[in-house]
Amino acid sequence: MITKRIIPCLDVKEGRVVKGIQFVELRDAGDPVELAKFYDEEGADELVFLDISASHEGRKTMVHVVEEVASQLAIPFTVGGGINEVDDMKRMLRAGADKVSLNTAAVLNPSLITEGADFFGSQCIVVAIDAKYDPELGSWRVYTHGGRNATEWEVVEWAKEVVKRGAGEILLTSMDQDGAKNGFNLPLTKAVSEAVSVPVIASGGAGNGQHFVDAFQEGHADAALAASIFHYKETSVKEIKAYAKQQGVSVR
Amino acid sequence: MIGIIDYGMGNLYSVSKALERLEYDYFISENPEELQKAKGYILPGVGSFKDAMEALNNQGLTSFIQSEVKAGKPILGICLGMQLLYEESDENGLTSGLGLLAGRIARFKGVTESGERYKVPHMGWNVLDFQQSSPLLKQVYQGHVYFVHSYYATGTQQEEVIATSSYDVDVPAVVGKDHVFGTQFHPEKSSHLGMGILRNYANFVEKGGNRDE
Repeated sequence: MITKRIIPCLDVKEGRVVKGIQFVELRDAGDPVELAKFYDEEGADELVFLDISASHEGRKTMVHVVEEVASQLAIPFTVGGGINEVDDMKRMLRAGADKVSLNTAAVLNPSLITEGADFFGSQCIVVAIDAKYDPELGSWRVYTHGGRNATEWEVVEWAKEVVKRGAGEILLTSMDQDGAKNGFNLPLTKAVSEAVSVPVIASGGAGNGQHFVDAFQEGHADAALAASIFHYKETSVKEIKAYAKQQGVSVR
Repeated sequence: MIGIIDYGMGNLYSVSKALERLEYDYFISENPEELQKAKGYILPGVGSFKDAMEALNNQGLTSFIQSEVKAGKPILGICLGMQLLYEESDENGLTSGLGLLAGRIARFKGVTESGERYKVPHMGWNVLDFQQSSPLLKQVYQGHVYFVHSYYATGTQQEEVIATSSYDVDVPAVVGKDHVFGTQFHPEKSSHLGMGILRNYANFVEKGGNRDE
């Protein structure tokens, strides 16, 4: 049986992790490699690094971060943020990332998904989808540019479209739940997970162990991602896994 | 010294960094003449079987690998690199492989016999079930390793399957015969267990591919 994955997400700005300040036992809580190692030891199944650098220099620094992480870590990781063309993917994958994640660029230029999948294989291409409930639509609408711009896409239709175009995995964030810590968006997660043949990572709203269990058992997610609850040590990957196992979820 | 075969489709960086962490010497090359200096090989691979075989054929690496293996040099194929060790695959049209192990590569059906759907690719951590002893599994505990693939080996010989993982079907996860080995999962991404398997292979190469040691 394949296990359900628990994935901490790290925001990296100009080569430094932001928000990771609660790790007093670390030599340098802003160092992506230190944090990555910490999560590896904790039993994280995978990591996501989100590059939120605003500058070109920051983006270049990200390549070095990826190289460093890859050289010291023996678990898979995904890099997202600022991946706009095949060359960006190539740079990150060559530097040692296992997957790249496309968000806004995939909506603006869907053929990028196919180009990436043809070149590197579908397993490397994650499409990140930010979705928010739209009462008029009676469903969730896809947003781009970090949630600022609404698109024409309904989430399930878009999810099917990206898989058709070659995405190997979907990172699904509920904008409604994000940061609220009252649980993942289960109807959204379930709707997308059941509509596509590729693994779905639930994101947005993690507050405790039960939320993860719900995402897996009710939302049918294959993996679940969280940031702040891990960074601020409200809980740990180890604790979540122990709880999930108790509740009958298969974890590593 | 381990030669990592570079045919343009490998996850060379993570494999080479893993060897560095284990403190084994390696070099990366696409040149048969250069590669021949190695005591054993790693064949990594990400992408499609057909593209990979085309690249190997075009670079003269297919016949090189076959003759090196015949001469007794060890090889470890990883992920797509493992699949290339088999006879053929139907990924993007029927393509011949290296033919070093018996069997063929087929896609996961995505539907169980009872009609239930399952996800393809097989992505994530799955547990290894050891089927028989092997130099690769020496002092390695039976735990989880990281997979990501949509195709798997079928029609394999029982004696060439060292460990399996269950994903609707039994997936050959560690395979091998004599000094030819493959892992369907990524040992370089499989934490301590994966690193143990890589270390065992590197040891096997350094000892000249002698199974009795």
